[in-house]
Amino acid sequence: MTQSFRLENIGLINRNKKLSFKFNGKAYYGYEGDTLASALIANGVHLVGRSFKYHRPRGFFGAGVDEPYAIVQLYRNGETEPNIKATEQELFEGLEAKSVNCWPSVNFDIGAINNFLKIFLPAGFYYKTFMWPKSFWFKVYEPFIRKAAGLGVASTKHDKERYEHKYEYCDLLITGSGPSGLASAYAAAKNGARVILAEDKSRFGGTLLTSEVNIGNQSGKEWAESIISELKEMPNVTVKNRSQVFGYYDHNMLVMSERISDHLPKTKKFHPKQKLWYIRAKEVLISSGSIERPIVFGNNDTPGVMLSSAAKEYLKVYGVLVGKNPLIFTNNDSGYETAIEFQKNGISPIILDTRKDPKSEIVDEAKNLGINIKFSYVVVAAQGYKKVKSADIAKISEDKEQLGIIENIKCDCICVSGFWTPTIHLASQSGNKTKFREDIDAFVPGTPKQNETTIGAANGTFTLEETLKNSFETGHRLSKEITKNDNKTSFPNVIEKKSTAHDKFWCVPLPKGKNYKRFLDFQNDVAVSDIEIALKEGYRSIEHVKRYTTLGMATDQGKTSNLNGLQLVSKIENKVVPSVGHTTFRPPYTPVSIGAIVGREVGKHSKPTRKSPMHLWHEKNNAVFVDAGVWLRPRYYKQGDENLFEGSKREAKNVRTNVGVCDVTTLGKIDIKGPDAAELLNRVYTNAWLKLPVGKARYGVMLREDGIVMDDGTTTRISENHYHMTTTTAQAANVLSHLEYYLQLVWPELNVNVVSTTEQWAGAAIAGPKSRELLQKLFPKSDVSNEGLPFMGYMEGDLFGVKARIFRISFSGELAYEVNVESDNGNFMWEKIIEVGQEFKIQPYGTEALSTLRIEMGHVAGSELDGRTIPYDNSLEGLLSKKKDFIGKRSLNRKAFIADDRQKVVGVVPLDKKTSIPEGSHLVKDSNAPLPNPKLGYISASCWSVEHDNPFSLAIVKDGKNMIGKKLFVMSPLKNKIIPVEIVSSHYVDPKGERVRS
Amino acid sequence: MLYIKCPHCGWRSQNEFSYGGDATVKRPELGKEVSDQEWDDFVYNRKSLRGKHWELWQHLSGCRQWIKVERDTATHEIFKTLKANEEIS
Repeated sequence: MTQSFRLENIGLINRNKKLSFKFNGKAYYGYEGDTLASALIANGVHLVGRSFKYHRPRGFFGAGVDEPYAIVQLYRNGETEPNIKATEQELFEGLEAKSVNCWPSVNFDIGAINNFLKIFLPAGFYYKTFMWPKSFWFKVYEPFIRKAAGLGVASTKHDKERYEHKYEYCDLLITGSGPSGLASAYAAAKNGARVILAEDKSRFGGTLLTSEVNIGNQSGKEWAESIISELKEMPNVTVKNRSQVFGYYDHNMLVMSERISDHLPKTKKFHPKQKLWYIRAKEVLISSGSIERPIVFGNNDTPGVMLSSAAKEYLKVYGVLVGKNPLIFTNNDSGYETAIEFQKNGISPIILDTRKDPKSEIVDEAKNLGINIKFSYVVVAAQGYKKVKSADIAKISEDKEQLGIIENIKCDCICVSGFWTPTIHLASQSGNKTKFREDIDAFVPGTPKQNETTIGAANGTFTLEETLKNSFETGHRLSKEITKNDNKTSFPNVIEKKSTAHDKFWCVPLPKGKNYKRFLDFQNDVAVSDIEIALKEGYRSIEHVKRYTTLGMATDQGKTSNLNGLQLVSKIENKVVPSVGHTTFRPPYTPVSIGAIVGREVGKHSKPTRKSPMHLWHEKNNAVFVDAGVWLRPRYYKQGDENLFEGSKREAKNVRTNVGVCDVTTLGKIDIKGPDAAELLNRVYTNAWLKLPVGKARYGVMLREDGIVMDDGTTTRISENHYHMTTTTAQAANVLSHLEYYLQLVWPELNVNVVSTTEQWAGAAIAGPKSRELLQKLFPKSDVSNEGLPFMGYMEGDLFGVKARIFRISFSGELAYEVNVESDNGNFMWEKIIEVGQEFKIQPYGTEALSTLRIEMGHVAGSELDGRTIPYDNSLEGLLSKKKDFIGKRSLNRKAFIADDRQKVVGVVPLDKKTSIPEGSHLVKDSNAPLPNPKLGYISASCWSVEHDNPFSLAIVKDGKNMIGKKLFVMSPLKNKIIPVEIVSSHYVDPKGERVRS
Repeated sequence: MLYIKCPHCGWRSQNEFSYGGDATVKRPELGKEVSDQEWDDFVYNRKSLRGKHWELWQHLSGCRQWIKVERDTATHEIFKTLKANEEIS
């Protein structure tokens, strides 16, 4: 198949490399260097999709980032991606793409019936119509809209590609490699500044690739190439193509997405697909250029109507004709440049110029080439459904209100130029107060808030000579301020054709008796009539008009529609554009893939996984792991076909009858040293700490200043001025920050140092009636008798040559010890305990058994100390010192905290002693009471008591102290359970605490 | 992302720090009798200023020092940073 729209001798594509691709199932070919759009146009394909609301046929409108129409679903290497602009996607061998928002096919789309019902689909249609009747929304409207609408399908598969993040610093970040970007980068780089130059396209040079100019006796393209190759060689310069700076954030941080592999059939091994750059720049030079504006006329969304600059780009960069019978519709000289390119390549265009008698070098050139030019003419409407076939044109009166006799002329494309809109998105994102410039009918950056400067077309400078001059100067000036160097680069001689003023005309009036749709926003199908309705209905703020009509809200962010929308609102409202103001520009400038934003922080990589030194042993011994914060902890050690319930019950039972060992390395540990350490503890904990002797441990509770329990744990006095604090696994980091806060800011006079030693110590809890016998065998040289090492005692011991710390503390209600050794010796300690413990029938136990043991003894933990409870609620009021002040004490006399019926922790047992109680269930007096049934409290933790062999739970219940012995109901609407229960003491095992002291 | 000059380490990105609230709040002395109003002002009541604001940040993933930062809450401009023991002027 030949490419009937491809020219022979023009373009920057590589004609030696043919690439085959498929669009909507049909095979085509293009060349290396094509975009999907240029390759399709070369093959004469102009119908690529359907519009969002009316399902009207959609072609190509632009040639790059501003494209509102040609959005496709891309298939690459077994993956699929929606929302890809055909104008940005580079062609690769085997590329496959499909149209979106069309069903059943792009040629016959059932939703296009909306086009004929469009009288029923005006602005706010969805808001108004589908509200009634209410039940219809879920059953009828929503499913229908969902089937008919949408801009592609997200893949549900795991994304196998890799995305990376990079942090970078530079003196100057320059966004865009057109004339202003190249000149400023060159001047700054020559002056020694560290420069990053970012270009969103694959080719550097911007408009220099398509304009007929001469810089320093070279063509624009040659000059761009020589500058870029020189920049690439400089060590202080980073040059990046396929890289879009899409967001400008606080303190001159910008984010850039680099598409590293999207243009390849397959990502290379060890390469990421995309890379997100976080760039902190001392100065930012915004050289993002400008985007051509459309002129609004009837059926201006028909495939074949496109921006004149895009037509020129397809011709000059890709050697592709967008049509063989082109009509150029312009209000300025830019349209002539496109016409001249057509003429030079053997195609005769017709120019319709809204101006009466423009005089400039460019207009003269067009005249000299014999191009047919009609002055004071406009396109009234495009004709043709799936492609432009002809145009209704007419003469327009001087006041631009009256149309002359309508004529129909044949054409196959209409190239529109309504002058240029500076791309001010980044400047606006940075907080720049933009200003409106009457002479160009557009906003330009005004007063900067951060260190940014906008240059070239983005700043409304449209002549090359002035652009280059400003850009060289700006690059030099900014780099001089940073580097203090003063190397000036010589300014090249520029030859360009002079142009004359544009016409402020932007919208063709409707001829009498015609009701053509005149579109402003091409992606969201917002027409002139929609804005008119919104204003009639009372919407005034441009932000409200935007949201009501969806003008500028599509994935193209209104790059081609915003200004014409503003023109319309200001015309109807009889206001000037600057007083209407523009809507806020928000990042990202172009869509960014979720993968790039997430980077490597996917799944397990989103957080570090922490493992104890005994982890491998647990793995080898069939541990089933559970996430405890970032730690992986054994939940239980599976034997045979045991499930969690059976395994944890066996392990807990063995602790109560023999002895068990549990890995408690994850507990937070803080080393506290200094002469005022005891004083710090005394202020941080609620109980007294000044008289704790060396070699003793004490349980403590710490509060926040608002009286809520923050954490609990034991702290041991290792020596005179040295303490070892333990925290819960979850609160370890917060407690350290808390201590640092008070030491650094509130009580700097205290001479104390704190440091986390969580990772320095491996810990094993040995619990059960046989634990002392085991300990004696582990430490034969130490006296671990009840007298030698009493409850809450501490000693150092020698574990087969390894130094160990031995604490007699208990979390299970049994006689228990905790042994700590340096982390490197953790596994040695563990294996020794298991080995020596065999004769006492030792078994390792996991977190599930650990919970069971603590719940049935009524020891509060994270599920009770949940950031909402005070010491009283947890029956910890006995630990509140009356003699001293401590953090949070003053809050405890708040009215709610001392109420007589204040909530308190209790035990809960089902009356049938069989039914397990779901955690989170509510306690009520009467299970049949009408809703909302007054709630007395909630179940905080549940277990199967191995001591009593029946279910047991802890609950926080209103007036808990008077509830013991009462019969209530547990209700769990989630599990659909109602369980009659009895309230008992929270100490279900050994209430007098005799075992731990035995 | 803010760029904060830690008085101990130099310029660092915001993601190394954690926010710690109003730096002008003074904790009542331990053991001192304070009224409910004074206590509430210390624990709960904050002005939530628009404009210049002295606040605390901790250089959590750095030197772990608490620092004082004068920041404009509307523009994010940072005017000055101080060590914990330096008085706000």
